Amino acid sequence: MCVNFAVVLISTSGYLLPIYIEIVMANYSSNQFKNGLKIMLDGDPCSMVDVEFVKPGKGQAFTRVKMKNLISGRTWERTFKSGESVEGADVMDTDMEYLYSDGEMWHFMDPNSYEQVAADSTAIGDAHLWLKEQDKCLVTLFNGNPISITPPNFVELKVTETDPGLKGDTAQGGSKPATLQSGAVVRVPLFIEEGEMLKIDTRTGEYVSRA
Amino acid sequence: MTELWRATASRENLLKRADIYAQIRQFFTVRDVLEVETPLMTSAAVSDPYIDTIACRYHPIPGQQEEARYLQSSPEYGMKRLLASGSGAIYQICKAFRNGEAGRRHNPEFTMLEWYRPGFDHLQLMDEVEALVAPILNIESCHRVSYGELFQHYLNINPHTASAAELAVLARQHIELDMEDENRDNWLNLLMSHVIEPKLAERGAVFVFDYPATQAALAKVATDSDGQAVACRFELFYAGVELANGYFELTDGEEQARRFHQDIEQRRAEGLPQRPVDNLLVDALNAGMPECAGVAMGLDRLTMLALNSIQISDVIALPFDRA
Repeated sequence: MCVNFAVVLISTSGYLLPIYIEIVMANYSSNQFKNGLKIMLDGDPCSMVDVEFVKPGKGQAFTRVKMKNLISGRTWERTFKSGESVEGADVMDTDMEYLYSDGEMWHFMDPNSYEQVAADSTAIGDAHLWLKEQDKCLVTLFNGNPISITPPNFVELKVTETDPGLKGDTAQGGSKPATLQSGAVVRVPLFIEEGEMLKIDTRTGEYVSRA
Repeated sequence: MTELWRATASRENLLKRADIYAQIRQFFTVRDVLEVETPLMTSAAVSDPYIDTIACRYHPIPGQQEEARYLQSSPEYGMKRLLASGSGAIYQICKAFRNGEAGRRHNPEFTMLEWYRPGFDHLQLMDEVEALVAPILNIESCHRVSYGELFQHYLNINPHTASAAELAVLARQHIELDMEDENRDNWLNLLMSHVIEPKLAERGAVFVFDYPATQAALAKVATDSDGQAVACRFELFYAGVELANGYFELTDGEEQARRFHQDIEQRRAEGLPQRPVDNLLVDALNAGMPECAGVAMGLDRLTMLALNSIQISDVIALPFDRA
């Protein structure tokens, strides 16, 4: 059983009173396991990617789960005995707006509550290659702290550096590297010029079209 | 309104299912095997420790004098009583029910094909199973490999002699799991289902035979060419899925009563539910059941595999969560 204490300051007649709120995470039994369920394993929040009930005709029942560690990104298989229970993880996916990076942390804001969170380089991972101010990202929060950032599937970014374009070469194959405003380097067609806005698929890191 | 009212199996799949039923009935008609029915709602329950029977309530007067009944988990006991009554070769297509068995390849209410062949041993019955499933699965033939060879090949261990501790070490090398158990068979089943079964997929249809004597269930125990006691039991796997389980059937009533008792003891030791055992089966064996081989096959799975599907809900019109 996981018990978190949140300190909330409540203002009554001018005084701020700290109130302790107990957040009790649910436990889940193996028969409640399903894809997407977030649980705690060895101290890390993990997500169930694939859940399979395994039972030989005459043997004991097990639940075999493909797990993803939400901190390290590692995926692996873990088997649970029938009726074995695990603690749920306080993990929440939230749409947030990317604000800026101070060089060490990346800052995001909830557009509804204006609450801000800061993600470190581990949580950002490769996502920093595709971040542009004011773009909406999916921020995964664990106990309120960002542990991973998923950029939009498609982003529009400006070319800051590339070799001069080849005139007239608009249809033929061939590509060259281009550096984007976010720092990412992508392969682009030869006709692309510096200063142009490009549409990029962040899942593959590939050029899609001019924006 | 949710979509839960809607059938999960397509009409095309239901046609295929009906076609397979027709093929099966034709197969047994040609071979003079009689189609029978036995009760789905019985006064006793299966003894296997890891099969949990679904209990139901019968009232001789509505609302009064409640009696416990059990939805059968397999028609085995009833069909053996028919054999002892002189039925000759019989088959049955029926529903079977098991608590807790819900998943991609399990439905708590499923369809079983079971048949018994007086005069056959398990090896002859394997040939007949092959003759039935080959055209349905559109395969040439089935491989045959002993349980011992399989463990030797994939895990380099002798499943008949290895200790529980040795099997536990081996299992933990392959499977991340929090489990302590002194029962060898639990480790063997775990290695079979988690390590070997997935690898059987590449072998197509495979009969595994000569199970450990401790996994004989209701099969005779014999001695193999190495002098090892083995169960006269086989299972058929296709695409890594357990599809059928067959025995050269135990006919010794006293041995049957002893195995029931052993199961009761195991249930007690592991804190599993106790159910009434079927003394009528013991009486039938004592009265004389012909030497025979029998096999049970999951028809939902057979249909699923014939359609190259990976989930049973593709072939069950209204699966458990929509029942």
